[in-house]
Amino acid sequence: MSFFGFGQSADIDIVLNDADTRKKAEHKSEDGRKDKYFLFYDGETVAGKVNVNLKYPGKRLEHNGIKIEFVGQIELYYDRGNHHEFVSLVKDLARPGELTQSQSFDFEFTHVEKPYESYTGQNVKLRYFLRATVGRRLNDISKELDIVVHTLSTYPELNSSIKMEVGIEDCLHIEFEYNKSKYHLKDVIVGKIYFLLVRIKIKHMEIDIIKRETTGTGPNVYHENDTIAKYEIMDGAPVRGESIPIRLFLAGYELTPTMRDVNKKFSVRYYLNLVLIDEEERRYFKQQEITLWRKGDIVRKSMSHQAAIASQRFESSSHPEKSPTQEIEENS
Amino acid sequence: MSQPTVADTRRLCSKPQDLTDAYGPPSNFLEIDVFDPQTVGVGRTRYTVYKVRMRTNLPIFKLKDSCVTRRYSDFEWLKTELERDSKIVVPPLPGKALKRQLPFRGDEGIFEDSFIEERRVGLEQFINRIAGHPLAQNERCLHMFLQEESIDRNYIPGKV
Repeated sequence: MSFFGFGQSADIDIVLNDADTRKKAEHKSEDGRKDKYFLFYDGETVAGKVNVNLKYPGKRLEHNGIKIEFVGQIELYYDRGNHHEFVSLVKDLARPGELTQSQSFDFEFTHVEKPYESYTGQNVKLRYFLRATVGRRLNDISKELDIVVHTLSTYPELNSSIKMEVGIEDCLHIEFEYNKSKYHLKDVIVGKIYFLLVRIKIKHMEIDIIKRETTGTGPNVYHENDTIAKYEIMDGAPVRGESIPIRLFLAGYELTPTMRDVNKKFSVRYYLNLVLIDEEERRYFKQQEITLWRKGDIVRKSMSHQAAIASQRFESSSHPEKSPTQEIEENS
Repeated sequence: MSQPTVADTRRLCSKPQDLTDAYGPPSNFLEIDVFDPQTVGVGRTRYTVYKVRMRTNLPIFKLKDSCVTRRYSDFEWLKTELERDSKIVVPPLPGKALKRQLPFRGDEGIFEDSFIEERRVGLEQFINRIAGHPLAQNERCLHMFLQEESIDRNYIPGKV
């Protein structure tokens, strides 16, 4: 019937019930654009309305059923045809029949499990979306609404510092220390580099944050390395006994939490790379993995019922950070 | 009510540096000069030699102050040995200047002062770059080049 454009058609609109109150988060798309999407956490309910607006009022719209799906899927760029759905929920909104006027359908996906964080990377994408479909004989009408999911963690119980002595025999020995092994996304890396032996002519030293995205399994594993940050921590030649401090604020960089073997499809890991460069541009480096995690913004204010349920899965901070104290010496 | 928390960014505790370490001579002293070019021989068998003087406090070198005489082909020999035995990317030598060795030139060819100076600078850069490489310092050929009076081309290659 829609062959010559005279058939009835419809526009679909998905509107969330809490669209006014729900926070939005920025997420970079495949082409590098940054867009804002509604932010959800694991366990939260996704509820709203599907508005089916007929194009030509007065004309009937025959359909094979109207439904809404909540989908969480992983898409590998080298295998675009195959979407791996790890969450797939369906709600039927209308049985096959006809619409005589524009209509609105309520839906609710209660306490939906969203086990992984939304991620758009170099070779893989993990996304969550709602898809409303009006089934028809020849071609369906559908509309998608993407959402962004963040996974929150609590302060890790064990968060030991990283302290190691490394070097090249008889040439360069250093001891490096980072205050933690697990950092949240707005954390600060505090550390130091102590020089034990310096028999090479060092020109400067920097610390890089490297993101490694691993896709594929078995013999087809592919690593994609991306240097997210380069931060010079020393300019000039150090000698034995010198300590160089490190203070690197993570909030300024585009980072995601560490993702290990997500649905057995991909991983995203982060490494600190300490690089020393000598006067002949030779590079000496030591790479160390760190774990990044996302801290919840949930504060002890009045919470909506939904957020209360969601937060039961992760507590807000039980170890408040110490604020720096200053000692003032009194000269009597 | 929760107050905004400030991250603890205080420096980690570190040992104070010993003053003799701070102000004493650094442990990475290595200076090599290529100087005093001299032409030896007569006629068509003439060639240029350079003095190669090394001053260092690196323990891997037996002599802390040494001076030897070397010609361009000795530098070529060193480059070949290092390329074969070590995993380093060896820096380039100044050019062979084959054109300059052809007859009927208007100038002195390879004995032209400006050319010798250009080559001297290139050789100095080459030897300083390679001598400072921790992996090259393990090779016997480098030590023989810098610190033994003559190069034994029949030597047994190996690590120090």
